[in-house]
Amino acid sequence: MSGEEFVPLSLTPLLIGTFAAIACALPGNFLVLRKQALIGDAISHVVLPGIVVAFLLTGAISTWPMMLGAAGAAVVAVVMIEAIRRLGQIEPGAAMGVVFTTMFAGGVLLLEQTDTSTVHLDVEHALYGNLESLIWLDATGWSSVLDVQALAGLPPELPRIALTLAGVILFTWLFWRPLKISTFDEGFARTIGIRTGVLGMALVITAAIAAVAAFDAVGSIIVIAMFICPPAAARMMTNRLESQIAWSVLFATVSAMSGYVLAGYGPLWLGGADAVSAAGMIATVSGLLLALAAVFGPCRTRAGAPGGA
Amino acid sequence: MLELATVQGVSVEEQGVDYSPLAIRGLTVSYGQKPAVFSVDMAVQPGAMTAIIGPNGAGKSTLLKAALGIVSPLSGLVTVFGQPLEDQRARIAYVPQRASVDWDFPTRVIDVVLMGLSRQLGLLGRVRARHMARAMDCLNRVGMREFSDRQIGQLSGGQQQRVFLARALAQDADLYLLDEPFAGVDAATEKAIIAVLKSLKEAGKTVVVVHHDLATVTDYFDHVFLINTRKVAEGPVAQAFTAETLQAAYGGRLATAQIDQISRALG
Repeated sequence: MSGEEFVPLSLTPLLIGTFAAIACALPGNFLVLRKQALIGDAISHVVLPGIVVAFLLTGAISTWPMMLGAAGAAVVAVVMIEAIRRLGQIEPGAAMGVVFTTMFAGGVLLLEQTDTSTVHLDVEHALYGNLESLIWLDATGWSSVLDVQALAGLPPELPRIALTLAGVILFTWLFWRPLKISTFDEGFARTIGIRTGVLGMALVITAAIAAVAAFDAVGSIIVIAMFICPPAAARMMTNRLESQIAWSVLFATVSAMSGYVLAGYGPLWLGGADAVSAAGMIATVSGLLLALAAVFGPCRTRAGAPGGA
Repeated sequence: MLELATVQGVSVEEQGVDYSPLAIRGLTVSYGQKPAVFSVDMAVQPGAMTAIIGPNGAGKSTLLKAALGIVSPLSGLVTVFGQPLEDQRARIAYVPQRASVDWDFPTRVIDVVLMGLSRQLGLLGRVRARHMARAMDCLNRVGMREFSDRQIGQLSGGQQQRVFLARALAQDADLYLLDEPFAGVDAATEKAIIAVLKSLKEAGKTVVVVHHDLATVTDYFDHVFLINTRKVAEGPVAQAFTAETLQAAYGGRLATAQIDQISRALG
């Protein structure tokens, strides 16, 4: 494919898909180890009331207020999940189940009570992005990458997700050591002065922000898959958290890139006529990579239940 | 020494300097309606090895966790070397119950021991040769040097316990608090651990151990602290570890035969 075709049509979706995948996979590593990986699923439901409230306040369907509403709802949800988990001393899955079903149901009620008959408020279209549509029509070829005028026409999802990814990387790098210690041994972490409650909250809020930015760009299916599949597959490739992070980034990148290409060209190669959903294909590839790692990964055996002696 | 009558809300300074490595006053912890630890006072003897003893569910681990700020007490005052806990964190090393962590966590033995050096390393400090040497030395002291590259899940229970002890050694603390370090470990590990703890005591450190094996109390420890939600007895083994105090702590849960046996062992 020539640059004239690739840059306007495929470069930005590829970058956005990859950035979104990595931004979710990085915190996903810790969430999987903390048995909180379903938080991606929870967040994808709780953004509904946030979007409806943002619509009620602004009266218009526009991206920024809705993203802020979604992010606000996601943060409220993760704070509630953490609070219920700690105060009620119950497992994280149960806390998530309680919070996200309640908030989602509240969002549905709110939507029903609101007069949206004149405006078509559809969550799928208001927030959940469509990767194939994020094209860069101002680009004419590789030279456009340095062309200020053409760059101004970039889809706004690209800088948004790039900024989010930078924030996620910064958070992971800065708090690497306390995150690792408190994920492994929370009691010990407390005794050396790590504020594990605050750190745990910061982790889920980071994940929530990454999820909302990724929803906006690529849709919920990728987000839910990327929180779980690349980190879980990476866990079976290595016994060191440092290498696990690297593997998860690699798996996220491979899923996003190959998923996008397969969605666009796979059906043609098979003699079909139409392309399939890139988001769906990316999530499917990440699931297949997880399956491969589960069968062939070198570190896939569980050592045994703790305290089994 | 510990004043019996303490007024809540009075600051440490006003009560006078208390040099006990770990002093607890009026500690009450509750997980629900029923208190797990009720109004407990404790003054750990400096430079001694103290066993915290009591029946299952008596609040032994909870007492330790509350003293360390891992669980929040309803009330009570904790001082470490006469200072507030937060100022003395660097002088405390804690060994949690082995079963409290997921040993499938992707990390190696050496990485766990290096966690004991995290105060020196800070947020972003690099692990240098001297940190590695110190961690290896600590592994050596518990006889686990050759396991440094193993994934922690590949170890036996006793080996895992020794790795936890090595991490505590790396902290180079003055007060060592261990929660059931002998639970479910092999005889060789038990011997190795007690040797290390005795060497700590000889170096002037203070050691407090939540312990469940009444038969080894007199061999291993100088002091005992008996608890059954409330404090039952505290003092040197010869005075506080008697048939009467055990009966008071364990009630019907300790068979008379066991008490007779312990009485005979105590002479």
